[in-house]
Amino acid sequence: MILGVSIYEILTLTSILFFIGVYGFITRTNLISMLISVELILNSSVVNFVVINKYLFPEVLQGVFFAVFIIAVAAAETALAIAIIINLYRLISSVEVKDTEVMKY
Amino acid sequence: MNISYIILVPLIPLALFVLLGLFSKKIPPSIAGWIGSLGLGTAFVLSLYTAYHYFLGAKLDGVYQTFTYKSTWIIFSDKLHMDMGMLIDPISVMMLVVVTTISFMVHVYSRGYMKGDDGYTRFFSYLALFSFSMLGLVLATNLFQMYIFWELVGASSFLLIGYYYTKPSAVAAAKKAFIVTRFADLGFLIGILVVSYYSGSFDFGELNSLDGNVITNWTATSFMGLSVFTWGLILIFMGGVGKSAMMPFHIWLPDAMEGPTPVSALIHAATMVVAGVYLVARLFPLFYFVEDGFVLSIVAYIGAISSLVAAVIAITQTDIKRVLAFSTMSQIGYMMLALGVSKYEGHEGLGYMASMFHLFTHAMFKALLFLGAGSVIHAIHSNELADMGGLRKYMPITHITFLIAALSIAGFPGFAGFFSKDEILAAAFENNRLIYVSSVIVAGLTAFYMFRLYFGIFWGKDKKYEHTPHESPLTMTIPLIFLAFMSVFGGYIPFSEFISADLKSFTSHLDLPLAVIASTVGIIGICLAYVFYKKENNLSEKATQLFGAFYQWTFHKFYFDEIYLFITKKIIFGILAAAIAWFDKYVVDAFMIGVGNVTMAFSNQIKGIQSGKVQDYAMAFVGGVVVLAMVVFYIWIN
Amino acid sequence: MDILSLFVIVPILTVLALIFAKNLKQARIVSLIGMAIQFAMAINLIFAYIKERAVNTDIMVFTKDVLWFGTFNIHYSIGVDAISVVMIALTAIVVLAGVFISWQIDDLPKEFFVSLITLSAGVFGFFISTDLFTMFVFYEIAVIPMYLLIGIWGSGPKENSAMKLTLMLMGASALLSVGIFGIYFNSNADGGPLTFNIFEIAQVHIPVAAQNIFFPLVFIGFAVIGALFPFHTWSPSGHASAPTAVSMLHAGVLMKLGGYGVFRIAMYLLPLGALSWTNFFLILSAIGVIYGAFGAIMQKDLKYVNAYASVSHLSLVLFALLMLNKTAWTGAIIQSLSHGLLTALFFALIGMVYGRTHTREISKLGGIMKILPFIGAVYVITGLAYLGLPGFSGFVAEMNIFVGAFEHPDMFHRIITIVVVSSIVVTSVYILRMVGKIMMGPLADETYKDLPKATWFEKVGLVLLMIPVLFIGTMPLGLSEMIKASIQPFLERLL
Repeated sequence: MILGVSIYEILTLTSILFFIGVYGFITRTNLISMLISVELILNSSVVNFVVINKYLFPEVLQGVFFAVFIIAVAAAETALAIAIIINLYRLISSVEVKDTEVMKY
Repeated sequence: MNISYIILVPLIPLALFVLLGLFSKKIPPSIAGWIGSLGLGTAFVLSLYTAYHYFLGAKLDGVYQTFTYKSTWIIFSDKLHMDMGMLIDPISVMMLVVVTTISFMVHVYSRGYMKGDDGYTRFFSYLALFSFSMLGLVLATNLFQMYIFWELVGASSFLLIGYYYTKPSAVAAAKKAFIVTRFADLGFLIGILVVSYYSGSFDFGELNSLDGNVITNWTATSFMGLSVFTWGLILIFMGGVGKSAMMPFHIWLPDAMEGPTPVSALIHAATMVVAGVYLVARLFPLFYFVEDGFVLSIVAYIGAISSLVAAVIAITQTDIKRVLAFSTMSQIGYMMLALGVSKYEGHEGLGYMASMFHLFTHAMFKALLFLGAGSVIHAIHSNELADMGGLRKYMPITHITFLIAALSIAGFPGFAGFFSKDEILAAAFENNRLIYVSSVIVAGLTAFYMFRLYFGIFWGKDKKYEHTPHESPLTMTIPLIFLAFMSVFGGYIPFSEFISADLKSFTSHLDLPLAVIASTVGIIGICLAYVFYKKENNLSEKATQLFGAFYQWTFHKFYFDEIYLFITKKIIFGILAAAIAWFDKYVVDAFMIGVGNVTMAFSNQIKGIQSGKVQDYAMAFVGGVVVLAMVVFYIWIN
Repeated sequence: MDILSLFVIVPILTVLALIFAKNLKQARIVSLIGMAIQFAMAINLIFAYIKERAVNTDIMVFTKDVLWFGTFNIHYSIGVDAISVVMIALTAIVVLAGVFISWQIDDLPKEFFVSLITLSAGVFGFFISTDLFTMFVFYEIAVIPMYLLIGIWGSGPKENSAMKLTLMLMGASALLSVGIFGIYFNSNADGGPLTFNIFEIAQVHIPVAAQNIFFPLVFIGFAVIGALFPFHTWSPSGHASAPTAVSMLHAGVLMKLGGYGVFRIAMYLLPLGALSWTNFFLILSAIGVIYGAFGAIMQKDLKYVNAYASVSHLSLVLFALLMLNKTAWTGAIIQSLSHGLLTALFFALIGMVYGRTHTREISKLGGIMKILPFIGAVYVITGLAYLGLPGFSGFVAEMNIFVGAFEHPDMFHRIITIVVVSSIVVTSVYILRMVGKIMMGPLADETYKDLPKATWFEKVGLVLLMIPVLFIGTMPLGLSEMIKASIQPFLERLL
């Protein structure tokens, strides 16, 4: 519990973070930047979990546990994504997303 | 009396057709000729025997009995069914005699005429098919059976006219004959449908019965002012008009001369073309009683007009077969008008008897004329009058028999044609003066053009011939002699004893004043022809110039052919059929292809959704989530 | 194994045997044996049926019912009556004749015969089924191989024609399936369970509103393959591009599935819908008769003439079925049979001429009769039979149709009947035009002098087709009575 700050403000913060992440994912041209945006999305949801746990259900700890879970999964997923990007780079010598539009009509 | 053996008469030609048709390659020509002639000879003897027995033994209380043998062929519905069988009454027995006689003569004649031709056996098989069909038509017990054999006769005619099938003109003539008669048969068929529906039967016995539900009850249903039966009869008569080459369906007959001459003699002179007359005679009670003979008057006028127009055209034609074709049309007009002016009871039915009498005599002398013409054509290899002259020195038998036939058709006293024509004129005189006058004029014209032909072929200066013409072989001249005999003595058969509308005999006598008028007109015609044509002179050219434009019209057969060709080729084929073909390809089909094209265009438009860009997919994903969230929110709030 | 299922099993076995065939010769022999067995079975069925009919008066005989898919109550139920027997006989004859005629196919012959025989399996299955779903399955089995048969072994713009044909027929099947499911979901209108079985549905009183919606769907679904105007345009190009045996089978047999389907399904199960829609479809089919006939006159390609002629004659079948009376229905069935044989004959003959002269253009052919006497003679006879000459089956069929159609006393039916009757004249025009131009007349091309004459196999195929035509034409009583007896229960539903 942070004194003087209600849950709405923190939820607003995480929502802004979420949509910044979405915006970044959709708009960035570099694959790594897209990855960073995905991290932002995931982190915003982590904060959401912790905050809701702390403010609305203070007696239990499921939210915090799940937050740790998400962080772990995010890390694994990032590693996987980097591996894909490295393999892709070997094929097309670029990390721009506009060079990956091959599987279309 | 048991005359069921008559079934053999049509069956023998059928067997001949199957035999000669299936084995046409394997049977040598001369054997085919013998088989055909012997078969038809047997049929001929059988029909004479039948006639002898029937006419001398089948009367019951003065009325000729009708014998029917039939078996069900197809059942249409509870009310209507159709039989195949034989109807034996005076006119069918008479027609049996006529058809088998002429067919037999033609078979014997063809043995000589068609000798050396490639398809000799095929020709005899077609002749047998025709004989079978015509005999089946004559013996029909009901309208539908008659229609069946009517169509078969038409098909045989097609095959025979188109016998020389490598000649385009023959093929065209065969097609024309078939299609024109088919158009007329359309009327026949619709007429049958109408009459059978309203009367509940196809059978001649039931339809013609004086107590049957047609004759007693024709006023019951009417359509546009006339009884439905009247319409049915008019349509049925339309079929007769086509088959008998009456106007306006006559255009196929002159072209049908493309067939070999024995074919013209058999089909287009003596038998098939009289089928229309036979049809009216067969249904005569209906024609007479329904609507008080309204349709019968149509029959009379069409017959009279056809006979007049045909006689006029015949004067100008130069192809001898065409002259004979128009002559046939004119004489059949006589038969039709005789039926048309006839009444029913006893002596009143003189027209009916006269028509049948003329059918009989006409078959004899017209077949003779054609076979004689064939003899001439065989000798000098040309049909045109201009190529002929002075043949009496080279072909005496042909000459004498042709002369006998010409005298008969012109109505010279003592010959068969004189008697039959006189009966017709008497019937016309009693019932319709206008038609009588027209018929007398036609008699004169007949004599004129017939002797124009006679003098043109057998008298005058010799033309240049490829090789000296010689008389035809015996197998061709014997039929000529027999037919000549019939053309003279056939007239002495007391027809009114045997044939009459109400099946009772009556006596008819020679009406002397009318006979004198008719003979005089005929003799005038002969003399005129003598003056114009016996020796070479330019009287005919002067007459041609005198008539000017009218001559041109007549020479071109009043342009009927041109009008029909215009309607069919330009309008129906060129405009209607071509338009439909175009419409089908470019509108209906294009619509279907268009559906496919629209689908493809649509697909092209929306294929951009599959852009390959991950970010587009993510955007769609987010958008979908937002929409779903809004929906859930909305429901949650309410 | 019951007599009817064999009709589906024998083709499947033939196909399996064909997979093991190693070359052209073996493929041909296997197909021939298979189809000959089929033909013998069909003849046997005719006699067995007649014998069975004498003792058994159910609607369908030789029935069998096996549950296939319980959830939706789909059964493999089969049975025959006179009409099915007639159609099965027609199929067997045409397929056998087709095998004889396509003896010369040397390009992927195994696959060709596999497709052809699969198609015939589908057709036989369709004719013996009495369960809606099974019928639909077999119908699709019959229609789909056409794409391969035309697209691979055809001539001319074959892929285009194959595509158009298959897509149009698939579109029709889509409509048909909507209709069938509509019927299915209404089959519990009287409180019973949902069912696909035709006879059970026939006992149910499906509401009129539903019938009026689903009847046109089912009718059009079947009538597209039965060449209803304006959905007939797949037919000219499809037939023209298809190889001979395929044209024979398609025009001779497949197009009859339409009429049969209309009769068995559309009119039997949805009689009230039929009554309200007859006038509309009568106009369309009457247009089809005249339109097809006129369209045939000016065509330049022999197969197109025949295709339009088929459109005309098959529209006559639909016309007769829409007349809703016994005589006309008898005529419709006989016309299906007769036209199947005659059009198969025509396509076989055209194929023979094309195989020798390599052209189907009417203007380039002429005088063939002198060089090919057997083919020429059969061509003329077939032409005369096609235009309805008495003595052949076409006449019997058409007369039944005309007499039956004329029985309706109201003006609309009478006038439309007269319009359709007048097509006999137009038919004679295009038939004689075609026959006169290509068979008769002078020889069009000197090289034709050396054309090979008809081979034994070809003669057998042609005679095989011609014999039933003659038989029905000269002795129609037995066949028409047999058919009438079977039509009776179907007609009672309408009255």
